[in-house]
Amino acid sequence: MSSVEDRVRKIVVEQLGVKEEEVNAEASFVDDLGADSLDTVELVMALEEEFETEIPDEDAEKITTVQQAIDYINAHQA
Amino acid sequence: MLKGEIALVTGASRGIGRAIAMLLAEQGATVVGTATTESGAAGIGQALTEVGHQGMGLVLNVSDQASVDAALAQMTEAFGAPSILVNNAGITRDNLLMRMKDDEWDSVIDTNLTSLYRLSKACLRAMTKARKGRIINIASVVGAMGNAGQTNYAAAKAGMMGFTKSLAREVGSRGVTVNCVAPGFIDTDMTRSLPDAHRESLLSAIPLARLGQPEEIASAVAFLASPGGAYITGETLHVNGGMHMA
Ligand SMILES: NC(=O)c1ccc[n+]([C@@H]2O[C@H](COP(=O)([O-])OP(=O)(O)OC[C@H]3O[C@@H](n4cnc5c(N)ncnc54)[C@H](OP(=O)(O)O)[C@@H]3O)[C@@H](O)[C@H]2O)c1
Repeated sequence: MSSVEDRVRKIVVEQLGVKEEEVNAEASFVDDLGADSLDTVELVMALEEEFETEIPDEDAEKITTVQQAIDYINAHQA
Repeated sequence: MLKGEIALVTGASRGIGRAIAMLLAEQGATVVGTATTESGAAGIGQALTEVGHQGMGLVLNVSDQASVDAALAQMTEAFGAPSILVNNAGITRDNLLMRMKDDEWDSVIDTNLTSLYRLSKACLRAMTKARKGRIINIASVVGAMGNAGQTNYAAAKAGMMGFTKSLAREVGSRGVTVNCVAPGFIDTDMTRSLPDAHRESLLSAIPLARLGQPEEIASAVAFLASPGGAYITGETLHVNGGMHMA
């Protein structure tokens, strides 16, 4: 099974339609990867599905970069 | 024309909702129609399958979130998530404002307007993911014109139109359209309960000089749901025999 990092990157590439090399750890979804507010909502939904977890709205708001998404999943996975 | 589509029509046990459910099914969609009772749901299922259409009836109370969740889970399990949502269920509790009771106000706002919030939210995830979807809300000419004795109903119906425009802007980029169909005076249980004198005076204000039939609302809904309606969003389509010209 691929690492959390790889899976998160794959989702970001798919959801935002960006190139893999653009998706570095510090990339901000909105500022660097061109996501709008609906994109970020869909991104969180895709993460929820991939990792079979529920991300509450308060937490979702704080996930604004690739690294934050990876950290969140790592911290909340069983 | 609607082959491969999966439609959810609320309030399909009778009247306008029934006509919408039957027409969408006739055009090839798989249709789930809802009623508030088991017997109503069974009647919808029977009406569909009797003529060889694909679909079923379900029990749904649009003013109860748990009921919305349960109906959508059942529907998704049976056929998949809806690609067409028709918010048709609605009630009237007419009264002059000075006599209106809290529960008359609350139940009309909840059943006619808050239901859009509940149902649309529940269906949007699958629609945005599919990059395709149609949400069609059955408003009313009263939401545009106003009507004495219907402050609650008119507020809910005008509210639907504002909701529709806003949501259309939110999800347009995902290929989901959101529109209203606003019926005028249609021959259903809802209008049969009006006193004769009131019906007469209403008729005199309709250039086409007759009530509309539920099928005439259904055909407007089917148009918006069809590929031919793809470039229309945030709009209210008035179907009222000329009673109100927007
Ligand atoms: N008739 C008109 O002239 C007219 C004009 C303008 C707009 N409209 C609108 O068109 C829509 C349909 O009207 P209609 O004349 O066909 O009404 P109707 O004959 O009175 O039927 C109403 C439908 O809504 C369902 N319903 C009521 N409360 C519900 C709830 N809490 N949860 C789920 N379903 C519920 C009913 O289910 P049950 O059978 O189980 O009770 C029934 O299927 C309404 O939104 C109405 O406001 C009608």
